[in-house]
Amino acid sequence: MGCVIREPGSSVRNRTASWRVFAPNVDRSKCVKCLLCWVFCPEGAIEIDEDGFTKVNYTYCKGCGICANECPPKAITMVK
Amino acid sequence: MIRRLALPTNYAVAYAVKSCDVDVIAAYPITPQTAVVEKLSEFVADGELDAEFIAAESEHSALSAVVGASAVGARVFTATSSQGLALMHEVLFIASSMRLPIVMAIANRTLSMPLNIHNDHQDMMASRDCGWVQMYVSSAQEAHDSIIQSYRLAERSDILVPVCVCYDGFVLSHTYEPVIVREKDEVMEYLPRIDRPNILDPDRPITMGIMALPDHTYEFKYQLVDALTKVPKALEEVDKEFEKRFNVSYGLYEEYMMEDAEVLLIAMGAMASTAKVAIDRLRSRGVKVGLFRPRLYRPIPIDSWREAFMKAKVLAVVDRAIGFGGVGGPLFNDIAALFANDRDRPLILNFIAGIGGRDVTVKELIDMINMSFKVIERGYVDKPCIYYGVRGLEV
Amino acid sequence: MIEVRWHGRGGQGVVTAAELLASAAVIEGKWAQAFPSFGAERRGAPVQAYTRINDKPIFDRSFIYEPDVVVVVDQSLLEADVRGVLQGIKPNGKLIVNTNYSPQVLAKKLKYEGEVATVDATSIAIEVLGRPIVNTAMLGAVIKSIRVVELPSVLKVLEARFKGAIADRNVKALIRAFENTAMEVVKVD
Repeated sequence: MGCVIREPGSSVRNRTASWRVFAPNVDRSKCVKCLLCWVFCPEGAIEIDEDGFTKVNYTYCKGCGICANECPPKAITMVK
Repeated sequence: MIRRLALPTNYAVAYAVKSCDVDVIAAYPITPQTAVVEKLSEFVADGELDAEFIAAESEHSALSAVVGASAVGARVFTATSSQGLALMHEVLFIASSMRLPIVMAIANRTLSMPLNIHNDHQDMMASRDCGWVQMYVSSAQEAHDSIIQSYRLAERSDILVPVCVCYDGFVLSHTYEPVIVREKDEVMEYLPRIDRPNILDPDRPITMGIMALPDHTYEFKYQLVDALTKVPKALEEVDKEFEKRFNVSYGLYEEYMMEDAEVLLIAMGAMASTAKVAIDRLRSRGVKVGLFRPRLYRPIPIDSWREAFMKAKVLAVVDRAIGFGGVGGPLFNDIAALFANDRDRPLILNFIAGIGGRDVTVKELIDMINMSFKVIERGYVDKPCIYYGVRGLEV
Repeated sequence: MIEVRWHGRGGQGVVTAAELLASAAVIEGKWAQAFPSFGAERRGAPVQAYTRINDKPIFDRSFIYEPDVVVVVDQSLLEADVRGVLQGIKPNGKLIVNTNYSPQVLAKKLKYEGEVATVDATSIAIEVLGRPIVNTAMLGAVIKSIRVVELPSVLKVLEARFKGAIADRNVKALIRAFENTAMEVVKVD
């Protein structure tokens, strides 16, 4: 009613991984933990592991490639 | 050399505007209209169209800019949809009461909420009393040709009323289909430049945008009423001239299989095109059904409509807009009002359909027609307005 | 009249493919319609597009529910929603899929009986265009399978739509897919 969705967080059911052609792959030996990829990811699909490195949530990553484009040390590559 | 291209209606409109050699275009992008002004800005940038292109900061500004440009005598164009048209609302009345021959294209789109870019006629229906001439078309070719006719109609010294050409968003705006493009030299012969008496010109000073009090406003408004009553005949003439040059005419409305029709389906825009397929199927089984598609919706050609509708037993009026809190949809209200003082008249059923871009299928139109025949058997209408196809609603 | 329903994902050029096919029919003097069915336009989301081709004017402006031809531009759509993709396909219809399976293997997987055409358009696109934009390759597969327009008309349309090297590469992708499309009438026993 009133164009309202009453259930918070219902978008987690939309597993957008199926949109992907290429997936980002993080090379931890190059990652400097700057977290720019985490800032820029439009889907919130970048997470931070206990060591402070970024890792990709492949359930939701749409493969847009913005993270790889923004990564200063080029630690992220897009692979099929 | 005839150019027959596959174009979506948005581009068909842009090509027509280019052939009409407009001087000023002011617009703001909104889906599903955006491609019209994108194409036009491309024509201007490539030197194919010598026009001033104003990328306005809103639709309110876009229409205000073309009001100003039209006031100094320029041939002008703008286009919009939905929320954009709603934002123009106050300027619509200024344009018509100032009697400016503006032409606007409208890719019809539903109004929010929910946010939806798809098609129904709610946007224009919310503005239908703004004093503009309003045409609804049902193909890209008709849109292309109607833009050209609109300038000819609007600029006539006995009319001087702004015109908008409405076409269904996505269903027409984004559908590629064959269009014969009218070439500029031929269009300019059909559409010569006319010296308008009432323009802002330092050599002939006049005042525009006046204030008036209760003792004059009514008469000014009546002048617009009077001009609109002349539009049906003027459009017929404009259409006949067009036919002489381009071998095609559209009339004020389209009649299809109306001879001996007991049920008359009345619908505007793209769904009227689909309705022909439904009617063909039923006619092949001997069902007496016809279609009436209003093309000129404002002003209503009252006498012709009445005459066309009187022969049927049931009028099935399909509205692609909702008359919230009223008796039915806007087209239904107009048609019901036609017969306000008649004792003998057809029964009138109102179907609301195609809201928010919901597809209107051949099957559904056949179903509506069948429901209308049941009304003939019954002899009365208990519920005139049917919200057809709402999930979970029994009809 | 021939009705084609295209299934793909946003960014793969499905809508453009539907338009190019219609445009080719129009320059042959036929009547055609091509239109998209969008949700929200976004790369990767499932998208449908429609093409109708006829030798006289087309009045039906509703979506296509009973297609003569279903074109699947992205194989993952078959895995995600096989019933949705095949919905309403006519008994004598054609299924044209971008996959590296043979028609026989694919039909068995889908338990689908009828005329099937397959081509590995993704590999062709990556090789020829350098990107997985498979629309022109799939268009080659479509005209190979349904011969509703002539190859030269489609090439003419492609050359008008794209410029220079991009046009050349798309023509190459289309012709390669045209040559490599496998067709078979598959019976499920």
